[in-house]
Amino acid sequence: MRKLVSLLLVVIALTSFVVACAAPTPEVIEKEVVVEKEVPVTVEVDKEVIVEKEVVRTVIVEKEVEKGVTIEYWQYFFDARVDAMNRLIQQFEAENPDIHIIHTNFPYADYRDKIAASVPAGVGPDIATLYYGWMPLWVDSGYLVPLPEDEFPPSMIESEFSPLVQAGKFDGKYWAIPTAVRTLALFWNKDLFEAAGLDPEKPPTTLDEFVEYAKKLTKLDANGDYEVMGYAVEMNGQAHHWYREILTRQFGQVPQSEDQRKIQWNASEGGYEAWEWLCKFETEYKTGTNDLFDGATQAFYQGKLALHIDGSFRLGSIAKNAPDLNFGVAPMPIGPSGELTTFGSFWTHGLTNKAASDPKRLEAAVKFLKFITTDEAMALWVDKVGELPARLEAASDPDLLADPKLGAFAQQLPYAYATFFVNESDDRQALMDAYDAVQLTGENPRAALDEAVEKVQALFDEFWATH
Amino acid sequence: MFKKLSLRRRQQLWAYAFILIPLFFFLAIRIGPTLFALNVSVREWNILSPEKPFVGLANFERIWQDFQNPKSVVRRAFQNTFSYVIIGVPTQLVLALAIALMLDRITRLVSLFRAIYFIPFVTSTVAISWVWRWMYQPRFGPINLLLSFLGLPEQNFLRDPDQALLSIVAVAIWQGLGFAIIIFLAGLKQIPQMYYEAARIDGANRWQLLRRVTLPLLNPTIVYLVVLQSIRFLRMFTQVITMTRQGDGGPLNSTVTVVLHMYREGFGRYKMGSAAALMVVLFLIIMMITLAQMRLLTRRVEY
Repeated sequence: MRKLVSLLLVVIALTSFVVACAAPTPEVIEKEVVVEKEVPVTVEVDKEVIVEKEVVRTVIVEKEVEKGVTIEYWQYFFDARVDAMNRLIQQFEAENPDIHIIHTNFPYADYRDKIAASVPAGVGPDIATLYYGWMPLWVDSGYLVPLPEDEFPPSMIESEFSPLVQAGKFDGKYWAIPTAVRTLALFWNKDLFEAAGLDPEKPPTTLDEFVEYAKKLTKLDANGDYEVMGYAVEMNGQAHHWYREILTRQFGQVPQSEDQRKIQWNASEGGYEAWEWLCKFETEYKTGTNDLFDGATQAFYQGKLALHIDGSFRLGSIAKNAPDLNFGVAPMPIGPSGELTTFGSFWTHGLTNKAASDPKRLEAAVKFLKFITTDEAMALWVDKVGELPARLEAASDPDLLADPKLGAFAQQLPYAYATFFVNESDDRQALMDAYDAVQLTGENPRAALDEAVEKVQALFDEFWATH
Repeated sequence: MFKKLSLRRRQQLWAYAFILIPLFFFLAIRIGPTLFALNVSVREWNILSPEKPFVGLANFERIWQDFQNPKSVVRRAFQNTFSYVIIGVPTQLVLALAIALMLDRITRLVSLFRAIYFIPFVTSTVAISWVWRWMYQPRFGPINLLLSFLGLPEQNFLRDPDQALLSIVAVAIWQGLGFAIIIFLAGLKQIPQMYYEAARIDGANRWQLLRRVTLPLLNPTIVYLVVLQSIRFLRMFTQVITMTRQGDGGPLNSTVTVVLHMYREGFGRYKMGSAAALMVVLFLIIMMITLAQMRLLTRRVEY
């Protein structure tokens, strides 16, 4: 008896492992046909003879080879992006009837987890959308394969695409290519400007004006709570980019060394001053605070925040969540150094090693990737998502530059910097913690910044030690 | 071969067949992955990478090195985790026992009260955490509105590095209270009334009844709850990831736990090896604490 039970256990354990390990073969579809037959069996129960029927299952596996190629495209869920991509896929499939694209989405918060979980399971995308800042991690893992140079020559990418896209170059090769790029700009609420007696068509153009306006726009109620916030620092939103890539330069400090090995936020007085400038909104000017429940972005939607720094992707969500908001978009205010600068970033498309495992899939994936990075695809993307075209020609379209909302973003493209990240979330966390230390424990801003630099530098040192 | 078995044997076989299903569940869902994680912990296991080289104890050495740095997240995670246990377990048990003793005494609406205390336990932790996150809001959160109504100073709760851990542990205590109460009630029902009667005849007062009769006879229940709740608090994760901004265990790592740190190592940084090593360390700690509790707390009581 005991032997029987243990035998059964072993069999079950083994089957579960086999089932877990077996990689699905994508192009061969196995059809299981179950044939059930009832076979009479005689059973002796305490001298009584009963005839029972036992079912014998036979499984016949029919193999069928599908025509054409099916590849998978994964991106995170964001209404406008999903919609735009579905349209592109429709067009692509109409032109290439032998290629079928499966488009899969996950909530943004789960996206990386799902990718991570898909790898050991042997499933997952052939083309995946990734934030450009994740590239070092993904390339290091061997998850991405370089773009084939004959299809995407580096010279073409460098001459035809926005210089931001060069952040996709890693170890001398291009690993990903985007459809669209984004920049940061200043959003302002025109109604609140008017209520505060400011000209609703004249946003602040310098950092000094920005502070002055933020103070004027702030309104407190009888309890001393904010009725209107002038500006609220959202460090977990875009404020860390504003500091890292924009304010530092505007105060005369280049944030990272040319070879991307050294973090220089605190390398000069300028870097410190830029940080202190940002910290003062909450410590000194009291122009707003960032709630744990709704961020500054929500407050801007609700008309409770007058000045807001955000990306072009915000246009789409404002149109959806606060269609009546009366707001304008202007280029980033200029600082003491007079340098024109903004932060640029992009979600990009990479080919995975799954695509590379089969020449037919790779061919189809490359074809699709080329299709979604054409001028036409980009034009559709701007229209649907509100992100700027990654190709210079499409981005310098006079209609786009004249657009009252998108114009400010497009106009800043020539001087947008994409920060090189070793690990974007840890980098951001270091600045969030530094800011919290200043606001919540009253730490000296300079000491807090030094600590953040130390943390991020450690990340960089660890990364460069193996490269 | 089955037809030669007697009826009794056949029935046994059926019983085993039914046991097999939960057994399979435990093997495949619980024990299998645990053993597998041991394998992961001795490798450099980048989840996206097909190569997972064996690195011996390097992951453990790294944790130990980080732990020695008082500012490191690992150090904070272990400190916080122990704080959750040390604050959470005794508070919860004392409260639960007090409520259970009172519920044991009343005769009307007992099931209503039991249900009220038990509801939080069966509600989704994520939902509960979001509601509390809202309740703890500065300014418009209900708790702060109440405080300002009473003329007390408003508190920052989750945004204050000194209060955040306490705020989260309070929610965890409240949520687990119902379970502990039910177990205590069951334990109280087990105690024969004759001991109380005998003690009263001997002139024992209420305090003496509690101290000399109830608590000693409740010992198995107490041990069970201490062990179970310690494990629960050692594995704190959902409340923290839901109630802190971006699930980072902040502000300033003041609420981060070992399990949350493990999750961020594994899925945020793709360092599964290091995450699994943390798991092994936590497993050993939980095992030692549990064994120590069982040994130290268990008392044989005979009357």
